[in-house]
Amino acid sequence: MVEWSDSERSTIASVWGKINVDEIGPQALARVLIVYPWTQRYFGAFGNLSSATHGRTVLNALDKAVKNLDNIKGTYSELSQLHCDKLNVDPDNFRLLADCLTIVVASAFGSALSPAVQATWQKFLSVVVAALSSRYF
Amino acid sequence: LTATIFFKNLSAKDKAAVRDLWAKISGKADDIGQDALSRMLVVYPQTKTYFSHWKDLSPGSAPVRKHGKTVMSGVAEAVSKIDDLTSGLLNLSELHAFQLRVDPANFKILSHNILVVLAILFPTDFTPEAHVAMDKFLSALSLALSEKYR
Repeated sequence: MVEWSDSERSTIASVWGKINVDEIGPQALARVLIVYPWTQRYFGAFGNLSSATHGRTVLNALDKAVKNLDNIKGTYSELSQLHCDKLNVDPDNFRLLADCLTIVVASAFGSALSPAVQATWQKFLSVVVAALSSRYF
Repeated sequence: LTATIFFKNLSAKDKAAVRDLWAKISGKADDIGQDALSRMLVVYPQTKTYFSHWKDLSPGSAPVRKHGKTVMSGVAEAVSKIDDLTSGLLNLSELHAFQLRVDPANFKILSHNILVVLAILFPTDFTPEAHVAMDKFLSALSLALSEKYR
């Protein structure tokens, strides 16, 4: 069970409240496809589904995690099945997207993303990444 | 963080992009170093082990600022020797391998925090193209630093 302090909970809520889902999601996904080009392979099957659309989908899923901090693993059970069992995404790629999300949030927030806020944000993303990877083990 | 895979294949385009970005950011090298180190110590507390001799490990402290400068002058040197990082950084590699014995995983951690700081300070210049070039460069730099380990 992941423990969240009161300060971490309010930091996550505050950061999430300022994130523009329609911008941040597509930007992060576009960045992943450029910085880590092998990830493009996973999107070939999407055909017409643009990375902008999927970027928004990813951020909307993160919204569920924000609203269910005490049970992210359970909340993501089906998504984990989809990514692991059906799409066979190497879990390392979840970390790559998480890193790009952090970079994009950093661009948008500037110094409001203080070291302490960055720490809490990255902790949140690692919990999400672990939940998405849970079907592998 | 991703598995520690290092890339050393810098193309001519990568090198041009790194030099380009460096020209824009080098004026703030000290700030970048201080901020990246501060973040590393807060976000990845296990890295504090290398600095137990410091009086103050808090963000922006005097030892953090001083060491940030040292780190960034190493990065500056690497930019100037980008065509042959392995031989260019020989002394630094020996230092990190034989004396400091920094676990190479930490190079990836510091690199990540440098990239976060670049995104914060230079949001328009740190495009995805600049990002990938810088990521590859820091990876090649880290590899050159690790060359002497074994």
